[in-house]
Amino acid sequence: MANLVIAEHDGAELKGATRAVLSAAAAIGGETDVLVAGSGCDDVVQAAAQLPGVRRLIVADAQHYDHCLAENVSALVVALAGDYSHILASASTDGKNFMPRVAVMLDVMQISDISAVIDAETFERPIYAGNCMATVKSSDATKVITVRASSFDGVAGEGRPERVDAPAVDGAGLSEWVEDILSESERPELSAADVVISGGRGMQNGDNFKLLEGIADKLGAAIGASRAAVDAGFVPNDMQVGQTGKVVAPQLYIAVGISGAIQHLAGMKDSKVIVAINKDADAPIFQVADYGLVADLFQVLPEFEQSL
Amino acid sequence: MKVLVAVKRVVDYNVKVRAKSDQSGVDLANVKMAMNPFCEIAVEEAVRLKEAGKVEEIVAVSVGPDAAQEQLRTALALGADRAILVRHEGESEPLGVAKVLHKLVEREQADMVLLGKQAIDDDNNQTGQMLAALMNRPQGTFISELNIDGEQVSITREVDGGLQKIRFQLPAVITVDLRLNEPRYASLPNIMKARQKPLDAVDPAELGVDLEPRLAVLKVTDPPVRQAGIVVETVADLVDKLRNEAKVI
Ligand SMILES: Cc1cc2nc3c(=O)[nH]c(=O)nc-3n(C[C@H](O)[C@H](O)[C@H](O)COP(=O)(O)OP(=O)(O)OC[C@H]3O[C@@H](n4cnc5c(N)ncnc54)[C@H](O)[C@@H]3O)c2cc1C
Ligand SMILES: Nc1ncnc2c1ncn2[C@@H]1O[C@H](COP(=O)(O)O)[C@@H](O)[C@H]1O
Repeated sequence: MANLVIAEHDGAELKGATRAVLSAAAAIGGETDVLVAGSGCDDVVQAAAQLPGVRRLIVADAQHYDHCLAENVSALVVALAGDYSHILASASTDGKNFMPRVAVMLDVMQISDISAVIDAETFERPIYAGNCMATVKSSDATKVITVRASSFDGVAGEGRPERVDAPAVDGAGLSEWVEDILSESERPELSAADVVISGGRGMQNGDNFKLLEGIADKLGAAIGASRAAVDAGFVPNDMQVGQTGKVVAPQLYIAVGISGAIQHLAGMKDSKVIVAINKDADAPIFQVADYGLVADLFQVLPEFEQSL
Repeated sequence: MKVLVAVKRVVDYNVKVRAKSDQSGVDLANVKMAMNPFCEIAVEEAVRLKEAGKVEEIVAVSVGPDAAQEQLRTALALGADRAILVRHEGESEPLGVAKVLHKLVEREQADMVLLGKQAIDDDNNQTGQMLAALMNRPQGTFISELNIDGEQVSITREVDGGLQKIRFQLPAVITVDLRLNEPRYASLPNIMKARQKPLDAVDPAELGVDLEPRLAVLKVTDPPVRQAGIVVETVADLVDKLRNEAKVI
């Protein structure tokens, strides 16, 4: 029994989610190898070469792995799959993109977005926007798993895995990357931040998100949003928190002008402390908030910023 | 060009479901059912492509119980030309559904398949990707923009860092995200017309697909409930609580 963990990275940086996935692999047990697929991503490889509890670091360096194109990365993972009982990746937009291809090529059902490991065959995962938790047991020969990174504490410390090269696998030549339009931000990443402050439809427009920025600066927070705020064009899509956006579990989550629909709660209700600021005392967000402030956000946000 | 659209019958997105008290599953007794919202977006996109003259025929497909005819009729009312119900009682898993869709793509000689990015009941987010791999064809997942020029497909995907643009050739599989379009409502005349459109039923066995689940659901429970919090009166109170009680700032 051995685990293969596919490293989460953007070509420049190894993402913290990789350590969370390693912790899921550790809970499963057995040896764990890590795969870095990309081209010329030396910083990622260097960071991965220090991951703890890893037997081998497998490096696949070829241009067709750039941008994590699903057709190419899945073919590589399938070529390696014979050596492993468990294959794991983060339930990021990359993991969600290539892992189901891996699963079907191995003729197994993928176990999506696990939030806990019960044993090597049994896992817990949220369903129905987290309104229920399912415990599922897989009878498939290989377990192909995506991991909800916010549910696992990342493995800590450093190690020295043995570095090996991946076998050469040709690119599938099926799709062609054109362009990334990435949101630039100096703030911490939404899914990794200790503090998140999110705005909803109550913010009224994109400009008003400045009211959140001042607070985010003082708290070292990332900024998130509800679907309504993204759909209305206030902020970009990558800020959406929820069932179909990002799942976060920071120490502190501040929801401003967000009603608390189940789809939004699905993405933040595992936060340690939740604050809600909403002028409607009956808004469902108050049912999950540790501290609720019933107020007009335009009145209280400037004062909140000043008092930090 | 012929397009298949996969639509799933799911619990309406407004319903807050609970686990059954014996933990054997989700309590779906008397719960309102609907078309998966992402599937509505997929149907809408297919209809827009037809209206733009890029698609000749739209075939809606669902794997589910007889009651899923309701969602197929909705798809027909929205503009699909005909529908296929693949009869299956009980849970369907993406692996089985992808195999069914693969057989139908071959049978129908479809050039493109549109699916939702995720069914909001099991939140699996797998079916389209699995289908694309079975077809050994490109996939465009979580898309917010679709342009088709002859055989060439250009898409914009919603990804963790922002947006990604890729392109590929048909045949291909597309899974849609929330921002792709805003689905229309079916008009009454169209609902009437949809009753006359063809809706065929087939058994998975006819297609040679085994829909036996691979994941056994051992139990379903309600998630841990959060302790009810308190309402603070002022910003000063809030800051004080966060500093001295919760100790998070
Ligand atoms: C398939 C599907 C997937 C979805 N996925 C997601 C998802 O991932 N994430 C997500 O967030 N949503 C998602 N949704 C949408 C979700 O159902 C809600 O529509 C959405 O979360 C509402 O956003 P909101 O709370 O910002 O807006 P609203 O519900 O309109 O709430 C706005 C709130 O702001 C308050 N407010 C207004 N003005 C002020 C003011 N001046 N001061 C203080 N408070 C004020 C109001 O009292 C209200 O409570 C999804 C929906 C579907 C169907
Ligand atoms: N039983 C089903 N019948 C028809 N389409 C389905 C079914 N299950 C999944 N799909 C399609 O696959 C998409 C993604 O579902 P999933 O992979 O289950 O999250 C859905 O939005 C549908 O388009």
